[in-house]
Amino acid sequence: MDNIVIKIQDAVVSYREDVALQGVSLEVGKGEFIGIIGPNGAGKTTLLTVINGLGKLVHGQAWVLGSRLNRRSSINLRKRIGYVAQVENIDPRLPINVRETVMVGCYGRLGLFRRPTRAQWKTVDEVLEMVGMAHLSQRPIGHLSGGEYQRAAIARALVQQPEIFLLDEPTASIDRKAQREILSLIQLIHKEYHTTTLFVTHDLRTLPPICQRLILMKDGKIWQQGSPESMLSEEVLSQLYGAPVSVPAEIAPVQT
Amino acid sequence: MTGAGMDFSILQYHFMQNAILAGLFGGITCSVVGVFVVTMHLSFIGVCIAHAAFAGALLGLWLGFNPLIGALLFSLGSAAIIGPVADRGELNPDTSIGIIFSLMLGLAFLFMGLMPGARTEALNLFWGSILTVTQQDIIFLAAITGAIVGLVVIFYKEIQAVICHREVALAVGIPATVIFYGLLFSTGVTITASLQSIGGLLIYCLILNPAAAAYQLTYSLKRMLLIAVAFGVISCWAGLAASYLLDIPSGAAIVITSAIIFGLATAFSPKRKVKGWQQIPLTG
Repeated sequence: MDNIVIKIQDAVVSYREDVALQGVSLEVGKGEFIGIIGPNGAGKTTLLTVINGLGKLVHGQAWVLGSRLNRRSSINLRKRIGYVAQVENIDPRLPINVRETVMVGCYGRLGLFRRPTRAQWKTVDEVLEMVGMAHLSQRPIGHLSGGEYQRAAIARALVQQPEIFLLDEPTASIDRKAQREILSLIQLIHKEYHTTTLFVTHDLRTLPPICQRLILMKDGKIWQQGSPESMLSEEVLSQLYGAPVSVPAEIAPVQT
Repeated sequence: MTGAGMDFSILQYHFMQNAILAGLFGGITCSVVGVFVVTMHLSFIGVCIAHAAFAGALLGLWLGFNPLIGALLFSLGSAAIIGPVADRGELNPDTSIGIIFSLMLGLAFLFMGLMPGARTEALNLFWGSILTVTQQDIIFLAAITGAIVGLVVIFYKEIQAVICHREVALAVGIPATVIFYGLLFSTGVTITASLQSIGGLLIYCLILNPAAAAYQLTYSLKRMLLIAVAFGVISCWAGLAASYLLDIPSGAAIVITSAIIFGLATAFSPKRKVKGWQQIPLTG
């Protein structure tokens, strides 16, 4: 199908003796917004790293944006995939500011031997404006709060003009207000650009209501998947997490 | 002190002119690679590569081939081993780099012990002797400096991305691993080229101190590179002057000067007031 932008067949990923992904198969349609939930160690992050070619398959195959993933194709595919990880603890003295950090998103597509153009710097400024970070553009990146840092990370992914957006716990380790702002921003971006998005979280309260499909992962496998309405029940979630779980008020009822 | 009382006649001597040039090129190239090492927090890796170069040069002296070739092979070899270890070793990186470091030091002493006759040349590699560098050494050092500065200009944006945000650089499709190893190899080549003038034991201070001093003073990578280079060259020239005026070993004088500059930069650093990383805990 032309509409399929990610196709994974029987993927197995192993880190030394630990099998992080055990025979996962998945198809993602263009423009879909997918939520991936599950307990820690379920293989959620590993699944994202398979898609951007950083996770090495020991078995199975994957096609992303029409190309079969291998060492050669993955570096080119990464230029077309925006990846935002959770807040990292960075050195406050790092010699790079917010504007330069966001520009890093352009460097992959720009290629070697070429310098950023004035138009690209203008794009960076516009995206910073969009994510509400224009006033902090000259601030050293290590001086940002968790929420501000994630806005900068999202801006960096946006200037990449990604065809796929991978969000790996983007709201972890930040306060509730900043979480809500980041979630609103992510949903706004999807409504604006319709970019295929995979959103990983272990915290059900931070699941964006815009999710069209939920993938429930457990022990390195896709345990169940379906519409948010069918997946977000106490019974299903309690089985997934192995403990009684109630559906958080923030995501029930789910809007689609 | 007035200028009229100073004696500049020493500058007429060829050996002093060579020393000044060695200080210029060594100061530039060591400081530039120092900026990468300091920003990536890989100081210990740099120490390890420096000692590997030293051991390789001693092997060359013992077996009778060009010590620079030995230094180059050992420093590049150690960078090739240390890179993956630092990335994702089976052991804690500190432990494995510590083991490689001590192995290199052990090999250096072994080669030295096996060397027949007087060991003056070997000892020179320890302390360096900027006052006896040859025209050939200067040309080699100048070529390496030109190459390193040229590569930094050409790959500036990739280098900035890798040393500040390596994981991000990888994720956006920059050949981050190639750039990372390129930086480690540049460190090895720089150390090799400066070994003769600064010395195996002292070279690392000239890599670390000017860059660490510059790190205290700016949030701009371009400015950090320029400040580090200025500090590196000033360290070399001031150390050289101190060595001449006070009759002390030149390598030691250079390193002590660079350490004093670092101390002053830290004392007057605007970053001392920097607020720590604000990680707001999850609530609710």
